[in-house]
Amino acid sequence: MSHSVELAQIGMTFGTTRAVSDVSFKVEQGEFFSILGPSGCGKTTILRMIAGFIEPTEGRVLIGGRDMKGLGPNQRPTAMIFQSLALFPLMPVWENIAFGLEARGVGKAERRRKADELLRLIALEGYGDRMPGELSGGQRQRVAIARALAVEPGVLLLDEPLSALDLKLRQHMRAELRALQKRTGVTFIYITHDQSEALAMSDRVAVMSAGLLQQVATPRELYDNPATAFVARFVGETNAISGRISDVQDGRARIDTALGILSGRAGQGARAGQQGTIYIRPEALMPGDPVNALDARIERVDFEGAFALVHGRFADGAALAASVPSTRLADAPAPGAETRFGFAPEHAVVLGDA
Amino acid sequence: MSVADRIFRGLFVLYLAAFALYLFAPLIIMGAAAFNESRFPTVIPWQGTTTDWFGAMWADRAMWQSLWTSVLVALCVVVVVVPVGTAAALVLTSLHARARSFAYAVMVSPLLTPGVVIGISTLILWRQLGVGGGVFLIVLAQSTFIICYVMLMVMARLQRFDRTQEEAALGLGASRGMVFRRVTLPFLKPALLASGGLAVLQSIENYNTTLFVRGFETPLTVFIATKVRTGLTPAVNALALVIIVATVLGAIAYEIARRRQAARPRG
Amino acid sequence: MRDLYGRFGPWLSTVFLSLVFIWLAGMVLAPNLMMIDYALRPNLPPAAIGGPDDGYSLNNILYLAGEATHRAIFLKTIWASALVALVTFLVCYPIAFWMAQRATTGQLSVALLLIIIPFFINEVLRTLAWFIILAYRGPLNAVLTNLGLIDAPIRWQGDGGVLAAMVYAYILFMLLPIYNAIESLEKAQIEAARDLGASPWRIHTRVVIPHAKAGIATGFVFTFMLAAGSYVAPALLGSPGSRWFTEIIYNWFFEGGDWNRGAAYALVLLVLCLAVVLITLRIARVNLADVAK
Ligand SMILES: Nc1ncnc2c1ncn2[C@@H]1O[C@H](COP(=O)(O)OP(=O)(O)O)[C@@H](O)[C@H]1O
Ligand SMILES: [Mg+2]
Repeated sequence: MSHSVELAQIGMTFGTTRAVSDVSFKVEQGEFFSILGPSGCGKTTILRMIAGFIEPTEGRVLIGGRDMKGLGPNQRPTAMIFQSLALFPLMPVWENIAFGLEARGVGKAERRRKADELLRLIALEGYGDRMPGELSGGQRQRVAIARALAVEPGVLLLDEPLSALDLKLRQHMRAELRALQKRTGVTFIYITHDQSEALAMSDRVAVMSAGLLQQVATPRELYDNPATAFVARFVGETNAISGRISDVQDGRARIDTALGILSGRAGQGARAGQQGTIYIRPEALMPGDPVNALDARIERVDFEGAFALVHGRFADGAALAASVPSTRLADAPAPGAETRFGFAPEHAVVLGDA
Repeated sequence: MSVADRIFRGLFVLYLAAFALYLFAPLIIMGAAAFNESRFPTVIPWQGTTTDWFGAMWADRAMWQSLWTSVLVALCVVVVVVPVGTAAALVLTSLHARARSFAYAVMVSPLLTPGVVIGISTLILWRQLGVGGGVFLIVLAQSTFIICYVMLMVMARLQRFDRTQEEAALGLGASRGMVFRRVTLPFLKPALLASGGLAVLQSIENYNTTLFVRGFETPLTVFIATKVRTGLTPAVNALALVIIVATVLGAIAYEIARRRQAARPRG
Repeated sequence: MRDLYGRFGPWLSTVFLSLVFIWLAGMVLAPNLMMIDYALRPNLPPAAIGGPDDGYSLNNILYLAGEATHRAIFLKTIWASALVALVTFLVCYPIAFWMAQRATTGQLSVALLLIIIPFFINEVLRTLAWFIILAYRGPLNAVLTNLGLIDAPIRWQGDGGVLAAMVYAYILFMLLPIYNAIESLEKAQIEAARDLGASPWRIHTRVVIPHAKAGIATGFVFTFMLAAGSYVAPALLGSPGSRWFTEIIYNWFFEGGDWNRGAAYALVLLVLCLAVVLITLRIARVNLADVAK
């Protein structure tokens, strides 16, 4: 059986709170799919609807093409890893891991064997008889994953599983999760509010804002071709300059701004004569580049080794953020100076204002 | 330290001493009187030290009968109040905020009802149904309010319960019954044991409610109170001393168990 | 309800709800309703029940208002219970404050243990202890005579004895809520008040007591209710001139043989206690949810 997950126009209302509205997307079997969005935008709600902890007030959830309506969480081929992990504190680690097997009536010896096998998989061999309270944060994280994998779910749902870990461990666990997903071939639906996490791990990402789906795309596409202003601003840093779109042709758009006429790729809603905004990634802005020239006053330069982060203000007062390779740093004078930046049109996108 | 401070401190220490005296003198005097040869329990004058009163108490068949009644009642009460109190706590914590505060007020009302009223109302209802006072009504009347204690203790524990554990279990394929048996119940276990212990104490020590529904039974508290009025001898003090020592030891054991439980690491 | 159902499934939810229903309907509501029914009917021989003389009226309750002795005893029970609550408060407040704000951890755990031990001992035994102390030829009179403070033994039994024993019995119900309330007061607030030049009296009346008012109200409510509804202490330590309302109720049931009047009196006691609870909580602006802890 395939374990694709399809959401068809699902919506959820809690009393008067509209948590999710009209969200549709399809996650393919074996995909690593992330849902990205700021806190409170409805990510957990979507995950809980997929898992069956709550029934959507509108729309349908299909797993492997089957409508899941009326099926409880214990009847769906999903397993969830909670933000709080929700390990059972009074059971030793091995019983935690084998809990799902216990629920399926597997005998004790077999459960123990399976638990030990999974402990090996997560590199915690010999920890089976410890209590969860005696493990470190990263170890408990891995136990939670093993517990979910023990039931051989078709779909693994992960709710910000790394948010409680410190930075270093988080980066390590990212790689581990990704490898685990490739090895097991299980469909992963992964929730995060951390855009770099989503970009680094996922095959595809769904970006959400205030209960609405903004865009579903590969990380690369999201970054290069944001469909909405929200995505452009939320995914990666960006410089936004507003104006009036003067001309759209061959996938290029020209926009008339207070800083001059600029050109970039034409994105969603870019039509001549309309108000629009051009979004330029920090790494696209090059000091001294004559194309799409923009004048700015430098306020601060944070040297970070390979790059320097340059902060300043454009002539109209809008904030400037540029990430300049150290090799080009000679062209970006010290704070206080006026400098001219430019960017290649392929590295900027023009979107129509909603 | 200024003089005023010093005087204040002195007064406060005096107050503490008086408080301690007030707290313990009655118990000590009552215990000591059990060893006095005087026929009436007192410590002054001391007419000679004896342990005969313990023998007299031991030989008192009526005392054993009443002790047995109290123990029987207490055991029945535990069997009733622990499940019902736990159910009440679970129902209450599953309710929505608005319904919850109303239900809460209803459920703690027996605590704010005088014990005699609980006894009387139970007696009246069951007389109407043709049942008179006795062990059954004592158990019922006592349970009416002891359930509240169990409910409060279980609720206090539930407040520290992470309900996503239940969801996690459910998500792993467990049935509702298994979730309750393997996840919720083990978490509640310390509170259930503690509230069972408290229920036994509350039941054995109850007088006001029991008095009205006792019928022809004589539980320990009624036995003692009757003795005070009809023929108080130091044998009653001997009994009191035994009960005090037993409760204090029980309380200490309970406290040690509780601390050990609290000291255990948890996830 | 849907939450409960979703959480425990149909089977367990039904079991839980049934248990709670049996408790609330069968053990709390029904007995009280039946008591009200009794209170409002006349006391008739079995043959006359349901006959022309049977019917609802307030006669049993009005009887209490008309009977001078009973009325006096009722009123005395009210003010005496309030007095018990007040004295208990005065006895407990300093020590509660000390435990909550001044005591070291070690002192605190010793103090808590010492205070809880007498509480674990049954109310009848605690009263018995006072019975022995206060006996005419008991230790208190002996000590006082020997010290030369009194010339002849005093008959303590009566109102004084009842008060002493009740305060003793209910200390914990007053002390713990107040202690919990004061404990949550930041030390810094007291220090700030002192720093601003407030006298100790002002610190207590303006900072500590307002902060602890929920705890104090809780203590008052419980102590009053327990005192007004107590039977042991007045029965064992009272004198014929210091009867308590519960004793009259008892007599209606087991000596006077008029259960209807007894029910009416018990109803009055219940209403009194609930009124005191609600008024006290209203005055202190405390929620019922905070009371039972
Ligand atoms: N059980 C609930 N009852 C009421 N409102 C809820 C409930 N769960 C979530 N919400 C609301 O729905 C919105 C989305 O919540 P959530 O899905 O948890 O966001 P996220 O996981 O993206 O941070 C929030 O406004 C939240 O307050
Ligand atoms: Mg969330």
